[in-house]
Parts: sequence; structure tokens; C-alpha cells
Amino acid sequence: MYDIKALYEAESIPDAVRLLQEHPEAQIIAGGSDVLVQIREGKRAGAELVSIYGIDEMRGVCLDGEGAIRIGSLTSFSHIAASPVIREHIPVLGEAVSLVGGPQIRNIGTIGGNTCNGVTSADSASTLFAWDAEVELTGPEGIRRIPIREFYIRAGKVDLKPAELQTAILIPKKAYEGYHGNYIKYAMREAMDIANLGCSVNVSLTGDKKTIRDVRIAYGVAGPIPMRAETAEKTARGREVNPETVKAFARAVLEDIHPRDSWRAAKAFREHIAVEMAKRALTTSITLAGGEIRE
Amino acid sequence: MNKQYKLVRCTINGKERETMVDVRASLTDMLRNDFRLTSVKKGCEVGECGACNVLINGECFNSCIYLAAWADGKEILTLEGLEGPNGEISDIQQAFIDEAAVQCGFCTPGAIMSAVEILNEGRELSDEEIRIRMSGHLCRCTGYENIFRAVKKTMLKRLAAASGNRQGE
Repeated sequence: MYDIKALYEAESIPDAVRLLQEHPEAQIIAGGSDVLVQIREGKRAGAELVSIYGIDEMRGVCLDGEGAIRIGSLTSFSHIAASPVIREHIPVLGEAVSLVGGPQIRNIGTIGGNTCNGVTSADSASTLFAWDAEVELTGPEGIRRIPIREFYIRAGKVDLKPAELQTAILIPKKAYEGYHGNYIKYAMREAMDIANLGCSVNVSLTGDKKTIRDVRIAYGVAGPIPMRAETAEKTARGREVNPETVKAFARAVLEDIHPRDSWRAAKAFREHIAVEMAKRALTTSITLAGGEIRE
Repeated sequence: MNKQYKLVRCTINGKERETMVDVRASLTDMLRNDFRLTSVKKGCEVGECGACNVLINGECFNSCIYLAAWADGKEILTLEGLEGPNGEISDIQQAFIDEAAVQCGFCTPGAIMSAVEILNEGRELSDEEIRIRMSGHLCRCTGYENIFRAVKKTMLKRLAAASGNRQGE
């Protein structure tokens, strides 16, 4: 038995908004792999819950009318990894979410829950940051769409207004077309572990594959919320594909990130691996984009 | 505090069942207490050890972090559902015995249900894929290698039998 005060099950998105308005103290539960564990730990004990798990219209991945990849917020990690749309257009997101927890967690865990709990280590978040994802939020006032970088406010806090829920994550066509990416998770175990650091990089090369037209990099656990390393991006953008560019790019991430000491890893260690991960993830991304790094 | 209940109708191991659940119950609570399906173990109860793993609509879930209320309308398979018509155990259970993949046995039902999900796909998985797919189970008797062997052996046996049947047609 869980220490739950009451459970309200929403049958549709408008129903969820109505239940959240009727029960302003209630917390949203999606797959529950964070919420139920927190209740078990006593952190959210005695909570009223609005369950959105039964809203099937919030599941699935498709391309919308403008060519954006639309991921319903309740889509599980395993369904994202298996989605033909994801495999064709942004395979790195499937790879990143395949590193969350273990197989059973990837069947229950949702991408909406992963981003709404506002945790910096979320394996999906750094890749969504690195691909300029947008979140769709539905509430009493209707639907709004904001960049994921504005959605995260501080550790554990995202921009969800009263009675609002996240209904989809979108990756616009201009953000994914022509880009190739790689995600590296550094953790102590290969399964059922939380990242000490996560790094997601993607590049778009010029037609001759000799110059970096654009590059984007984002980290998880390099600060209180997922973040982009913009100095590194500026350093490499427009530069020739060669080992010096990769090195300069990787070194520059230290200008942007500010990891902390924790029981999982020391700050100095996180900084050390951040540089190495940037180097490896960029190298892999360039190779995937058809480029060659000649020594 | 007012207790809140919900009528849950679902299919458990091929049979249509219904029960009134306390909304605070996990699916582990429901399967063990209402249906005496005690292969579903209470281990960590926070979704880490995999001892309570069951199949819901063909996919593996840790039933300890799944609300019983969500089981309404679902098709659930537990280890008990693998039993043959005359009480025989299934090939994957026999393989666990043959490969000494069981020691204390606490993780075994959960691990076997992950194996069932894999075997139901009816395709050959690489060693790496099997290891990843079985990675949601903690075994404190350090039997991972034997568990891996049991799953791989059963997969290959079933595939060989399936291709034998096709050739016979």
C-alpha cells in the first residue's frame, strides 16, 4: 500500500485540467517511477494524485503538419526507442532513453515525467536541450509552446502553471534536418544507475563535409539543471573539421559548465570527463554526419 | 480518512477476473493478496530489483511501482501463467533448473518473466541484447551468467524448433 490520500484518474486532457483545478493540492502522476518511489520514501507521503497515465491520446510519436517530430508526453522510453520516426530522424534520442534505468523502467517511464520532474540527470533532457526541443503545455488558458531551455527554472522546478500539464515534446524540422548526434552517459553501472554526467552533441556539416556548419552540445549533471555549452558551440561553429577544432571545442566547455561535488563524483572529476565526453561525442557525431577527422 | 476503492476488471493468466482494490494498492499487493499469486515477490518495492516483474499487455513492468487501479482492462501474465495444462513447467523454467540459474530463487520469477518477454519476440537476439534486456534484475547469489545461459539456450531451442516446423511443412 502506498500512502496516498486520494487518486483521481483523468480520462482525457480536458478532464486532467479540470481535476487539477478541482484539486489544487494534487500532484500529477504519469508512469509513477519517480512519484511512487518518492511516496515510498516518505517525501510525497499523503499526497493527492491526479493520474494521467490512462490518457492514450498523449502516447505516440509522429510528424506534425510542419514536419516537427511530435512526441506525446506519456510515450514510454521503450516506445520512443522503437519508433520509426525517431530511428529515422533523431536516432540519438532513442539511444539516450535506452540508457534510462533498466528495461522495466523504460516500459513505465515517460519522457514527460522525465522532463517535468526537473532533474538535471534525466537522460532524455540533455538530448532534448541539444536539439532545441519545445514543450507543449495545456492548461485552463489553452495550449502554449515554449523552448525546453525556458521550461526548466531551477533544480526540481519547471514552468508548469496551476492546473497545467505537459502534453507533448516537439522537435522542429529546422532543428533536426541535416543534424547527426551522439549521447554519452557516464555512470558507475551499465544499468539501473543515474548519470554522473551526460553529454549530448550534434552537428550539421557543410555539403563538402569539411566545415562545421552548426554544432550544439548539452550536458546533464553539469549544473543544477540541464544546460547548453554555448562557448564551446561558438568556438567550433564555422570551423574546419580537424583535430584542433575538436580539441578547442572540448576545452571550451569548461567556460560554460559548473558541476558540483557530490557523493557520486567530485567536481574536478566531472570537469575532467566533461572535456573527454565532448571530444568523443563530437568525433562520433562528425563521423555519423559523413565527415572525417584527419590527424 | 475515507478509503477509496475501484473495481478493476482484467485478464490474469488467461482468465477474466475482477476485484475491488484500495486505490493505494500496488499491482504487487493486488496480485499477491487478492489472487495469491505469490511468484510476484516483494523485494525492494521501489522498482530497482525486478523481483515483482510481470507482463502487462506483453511488456515487462515492476508491479511494485504500478498502481493496481491502472490494471483495469489490462492483460497480465505472472509466472503462474506459464504452467501447462497438466501442471508441467515451461521450457524456460526447465532451462533455469538445468543451467543452475536458481539459487535462493527470490529473483527467479521476475527474471523468468523478462525472459518470456524476450522469447515471445520469436527472433534471435545477440548476447549483448540479451544482457541488456535482462539487466533489470538484481541477483544476490551472483547467478547472472547462468541466467544468461538459460535464456540464450531456450531462445535457440525455440528458434530451431520453429525452423524445423517450417521445413516440415
